[in-house]
Amino acid sequence: MENKIEVQNFNFFYGDFQALIDININIKKNQITALIGPSGCGKSTFLRALNRMNDTIPGVRAEGQVLLDGKNIYDPDVDVVDLRQRVGMVFQRPNPFPQSIFDNVAFGPRVLGMARNGNLEEMVRESLEGAALWDEVKHRLHEPALELNPGQQQRLCIARAIAVKPEVILMDEPCSALDPIATLKVEDLMRELARNYTIVIVTHNMQQAARASHWTGFFWLGRLVEFNATEELFRSPKEELTEAYITGRRG
Amino acid sequence: MSTTPISGETNVSTVSVSMIFQRLKATNWYEFVIEGLIRLAGVSTIFIVGLIFLFLLREGLPAFLDIPLRQLFGPRWYPIEGRFGIWPLMVGSFIVTVGAVIIAVPLGLTTAIYLGEIAPPWQREILKPFIEVLSGIPSIVLGFLGWVALAPLVQRLGAPTGLTAFTGSLLLAYMSLPTIISISEDALYAVPKEYRDAALAIGATQWQTIWRVVLPAARSGLVIAVMLGIGRAIGETMAVMMVTGNAANIPPLGPGMLFQPVRTMTATIAAEMGEVAKGSLHYNTLFGIGIILFLITLAINSIAGRLVGAQSSRRRGGQL
Repeated sequence: MENKIEVQNFNFFYGDFQALIDININIKKNQITALIGPSGCGKSTFLRALNRMNDTIPGVRAEGQVLLDGKNIYDPDVDVVDLRQRVGMVFQRPNPFPQSIFDNVAFGPRVLGMARNGNLEEMVRESLEGAALWDEVKHRLHEPALELNPGQQQRLCIARAIAVKPEVILMDEPCSALDPIATLKVEDLMRELARNYTIVIVTHNMQQAARASHWTGFFWLGRLVEFNATEELFRSPKEELTEAYITGRRG
Repeated sequence: MSTTPISGETNVSTVSVSMIFQRLKATNWYEFVIEGLIRLAGVSTIFIVGLIFLFLLREGLPAFLDIPLRQLFGPRWYPIEGRFGIWPLMVGSFIVTVGAVIIAVPLGLTTAIYLGEIAPPWQREILKPFIEVLSGIPSIVLGFLGWVALAPLVQRLGAPTGLTAFTGSLLLAYMSLPTIISISEDALYAVPKEYRDAALAIGATQWQTIWRVVLPAARSGLVIAVMLGIGRAIGETMAVMMVTGNAANIPPLGPGMLFQPVRTMTATIAAEMGEVAKGSLHYNTLFGIGIILFLITLAINSIAGRLVGAQSSRRRGGQL
């Protein structure tokens, strides 16, 4: 199976604090990779290192390589704006802009100048269909996005992310603010999306990782303790720490 | 046997109820006094505003009743000859204020954007106190500086005199900048970081994020900032009186009108109040100008309130 992202000897610092220690991981193309671990273990930091969202925090430093299709995204000649178009992100709390549903989805195509080469309405429709939201909002595209319920808002954020045709979608605990039904909808959507996109998801919820992902990585105190096919990792973890965590004895 | 404990219980409960009742009464009385004081403070503010307005009306209304409206809003302000046309004064205030707004709003908003979104923290630490100092300079000092330093500069630009509407606009713009900057910076600060993250994560540049996400989200606060800046500009008196030349004429329409001397409504009241006979028509007219100023300020505030209200209710409707 083809690697989409290869992370090699990656270290990450907030000032003097080392948040990630010597991470090595291969993220497979068109698969869902889940990252689990207790709060503060570095999994979110790692996720945000994959599209360099950490750059917005002052005083951070990265060492090592993150190869996206073989090209290190931390090379000085990489355009961060370009990188983020290829590696999209969905956040923990649904964060649609206080604008209309249509404008939210159209935001990316507009700022990236994609609307010029195609029909903006068509792009918005495709993205909303891709995020399984079209049928619920097609009659009220010009109403404020904040009038949607949280589950719909999160799917709108997914539609907004896929509207710029990224290759990878990073999801930072996308269901933690949602109720169980909305959560299941987002998980179904993820499986659907995995046909066309590579997905990396951070989750607190081990059942979610077990249910929805192909690969799972377990983080503990800034280290990647174990990484394996999800079924394998949950059935027969190789590390004692992993077993203790997934059976609820640690964490 | 069973009656004793019951009666005992009843006793206990009676005692505790009366104790609670006493305590309740004590708190009630205390609450009553505090509440009364707060109410008095609140009501007295409204009462005083009402009195001021009544006083303004009593002193100013005769001007509207005794002078034919045609003349009152006419083009000649010659109080000595008994001509009280306030149109030139309104035009003067309008030109100076609009000039100030045209200069101050873009400058103030860009400064706020720089401070809030672009400047690194150490620069912000240095710049913000300067802006606060700027707001603390007494207007008379600025007026003096304007008269001594700014007016000659304006004259060198080619104006017949340095004391023009433009000089007043520059000075007023400078005076309303701190208001505009600090309030719009607060508005930008209140925009959730999640919006910026979302825009950046899609691949928007920093400028696109500011222009398409942060500014629209902060719109209501920015409107307040601009409105308060305008309010500051209209109400300002001393500095404007010193640098606008105080000629109650209507400059010919056109771009050159900024470079003519004008006289504002506020400056007229300040300049003439001291030498007017109490109860005379001139005196009433000055109060009449006060009423018009009051109405303009009221209109600006209610427009601002309307804009902000419409914004926030639309947003609130969306939150759960």
